[in-house]
Amino acid sequence: MLYFTKWKAALVLLVCALGVIYAAPNFLPSGTFPTESSYLPGKQINLGLDLRGGSHMLLEVDTDSVLRERYDALADAIRTELRQEQIRNRPREATENGAEITILRPEDVEKAREIARTAEPNTELSGEGNNIVVTYNEVAYRELIDRAIAQSLEVVRRRVDELGTTEPSIQRQGENRIVVQVPGLDDPSRLRAILGRTAKMNFHLVNNEKTAADARATGLPPGTMILPSADEGDGIREYLIDRRIVVSGDNLVDSQPTFSDGRPVVSFRFDAAGGARFGDITSKNSGRGLAIVLDGEVISAPRINEPILGGNGIITGQFSVQEANDLSLLLRAGALPAPMQILEERSVGPGLGQDSVEAGEFAAVLGLVFVIAFMVISYGRFGIYADIALMMNLILVLAVMSVLQATLTLPGIAGIVLTVGMAVDANVLIFERIREERRNGRSIINSIDAGYRSAMSTILDANITTLIAALVLFSFGSGPIKGFAVTLAIGIITSMFSAIWLTRLLIATWVKRSRPTELVI
Amino acid sequence: MKPLHLIPDDVNVPFLKFRKIFYIVSLVMVLASVGMFFTKGLNFGIDFRGGILVEIKTNGPADINALRDNLGSLGLGDVSIQEFGEPDDVLIQLQRQDGEEEAQMAALAAVTKALGDDVTIRRSELVGPKVGSELKEAGVYSVVISLFLIMVYIWIRFEWQFAVASVAALLHDVLITIGFFVITGVQFDLATLAAVLTVAGYSINDTVVVFDRIREYLRKFRKMEIPDLLDLSINSTLSRTTMTSFTTLLALIALFVFGGEAIRGFTMALIFGIVIGTYSSICVASPLLVVLRLKRKIPEAEEGQEANA
Repeated sequence: MLYFTKWKAALVLLVCALGVIYAAPNFLPSGTFPTESSYLPGKQINLGLDLRGGSHMLLEVDTDSVLRERYDALADAIRTELRQEQIRNRPREATENGAEITILRPEDVEKAREIARTAEPNTELSGEGNNIVVTYNEVAYRELIDRAIAQSLEVVRRRVDELGTTEPSIQRQGENRIVVQVPGLDDPSRLRAILGRTAKMNFHLVNNEKTAADARATGLPPGTMILPSADEGDGIREYLIDRRIVVSGDNLVDSQPTFSDGRPVVSFRFDAAGGARFGDITSKNSGRGLAIVLDGEVISAPRINEPILGGNGIITGQFSVQEANDLSLLLRAGALPAPMQILEERSVGPGLGQDSVEAGEFAAVLGLVFVIAFMVISYGRFGIYADIALMMNLILVLAVMSVLQATLTLPGIAGIVLTVGMAVDANVLIFERIREERRNGRSIINSIDAGYRSAMSTILDANITTLIAALVLFSFGSGPIKGFAVTLAIGIITSMFSAIWLTRLLIATWVKRSRPTELVI
Repeated sequence: MKPLHLIPDDVNVPFLKFRKIFYIVSLVMVLASVGMFFTKGLNFGIDFRGGILVEIKTNGPADINALRDNLGSLGLGDVSIQEFGEPDDVLIQLQRQDGEEEAQMAALAAVTKALGDDVTIRRSELVGPKVGSELKEAGVYSVVISLFLIMVYIWIRFEWQFAVASVAALLHDVLITIGFFVITGVQFDLATLAAVLTVAGYSINDTVVVFDRIREYLRKFRKMEIPDLLDLSINSTLSRTTMTSFTTLLALIALFVFGGEAIRGFTMALIFGIVIGTYSSICVASPLLVVLRLKRKIPEAEEGQEANA
């Protein structure tokens, strides 16, 4: 066992050399190497947000509202067809559970069901008595949700890109969640402000028959609704507006913050179709109020004084400069298909991240020094070999993490420190075994041989059980904990190489060269 | 220079003779941990409870009382404010707000506004009720699944008595480590849960080393009484058990003292767990094999003859 074939020895040395080469960029200033290639050395370890500073946000897309909207539209479409067939019916409130319609005359139900069945492909018909319920089947449902999430991802990406930070990461998680990670962001409230809003903007005409207060008292005129004002600075709390959207925010092509009369305002520009409709509406409704509605609130409702024909306009309101910036950003990036909720937010300032890295590094180095010293005290020459293997193990962990572009987190540093303690375990097992074999009167070479051989299965069993715990942690943990599991798992695997093969090569070389007659261990 | 031997070479402690004492000590610790867990309960961090955490750095030493008055007046329920490592470093925690995710956002906005521009926000975390309960669920799953997988692995590699004994020792360590959190009131969050799982991995590691030796001696010393054989196995691996625990503790203590406040709870859990894990693999796991009536495997031929007779 102590005999190494040339190619085996070469293989061990090659792995070590590769480890050094791939780990090296981490000790040099970043940018020393080009990093385009995915396999060549040059990449540094990815620092987690808790170490480099930044914001992590977990958002949930309200898919129910997407469904509600779609079922509402589907019910409308079916009702249009029913009307054409003179089937009297009544709509029910839109829910996420399906498009529901009540048929008023029992003799129409059969025909109505037939119409509803064929209204749209990939739907299923249910409902009892004179109620008709149309729901999407699994395929259509999935497609609907997937499209909503894809659109949301796109809008989120555009919004986050506007912040101008480097390498933001935006990913779908599970069915309806989105994880946003923005490294190096100082102010998470900014991110919150631009991700927490749907930014659905529409133009509605203000109703000129009644005020909102009158309507509350005497009932809403048909086709109208009451919406709150975004700010109550101008004394108006609510507006009575027409339900019909005259121009939709989907027609916006650009928006910029600017100033009008020294106050921050937001300018916008429509595409050709939107511009034409806007011109048309403003020509025909001179004197009426035009409500600008953002996410169900009226930002402002200026009176139309003259036709606006160029497709350009400005939105005035009680904006601060920051708010005007954010609103124009949101309008440029487009509306989300559905509202999003922030489920989780974690932000770390760059100062704390730097402190954590320094504290972690210091602790790791100190722990390493302790362990190295202790190994030499305990095992003499063999301790030095174990220490070389330990250093090599650390280098290999760094190298593997650099190649895999694994993320190093604060608990990850703890994982490395823990591996330092545990990596020597294999050597302790082997050396203790060699001591025993020597006590039992075996020769030097036999003892070493037996030590390695009998410790082998123990090392495997012991490491595999720890590896199981690490893998479970990896699959269930989130963020920083994953980082811990990664370093622990990598550390366990690399330590098996360094503690078994590297020390064996070192000891074999020593035995061969100096032919010891006494073994101090 | 003669190398240091932590444990003398000719060590021969009759561990099995004291096994009743170990059982009582362990049973008391486990029962106390479980009892306290259900009465006093864990001090769950916002990861599992939902809520808000803000770490700030003040100009000069922080005035905790002023902060408490300032934030207490916001009407956001219990506000915990404590010094975090340094006099100018303060950790603010708010319990989960009534209502859904929006309520948490509003509370965080209120806190940052009330703190004003005089302080630097070093870290802010918000966990909504939905994510909190999901993390709790995932945490329970991960503990159960890893215990199960480890048991299966041991079962494949050894006889069933070893699997049962090692998982018993493992549960022992996990429960007592959780008990440690209950008693000290140290906050239990995602990181400390990871520490508990690592303790599980470490403890089994220690146990497996002793079991491996027992298995080897079972083949080697065919005439020895089982309790004597267990004692011999524990004693011959004692040096390794203490060495490894000691080196790991050395590294962890460095991390505990210098690694910064943020991972102190995490390292504390690991240190405690490793001490308990070392104790259990020496004093609990192997003696349990006697209770489980570990026998030498009778060769199949003999078994067949017995069946025929």
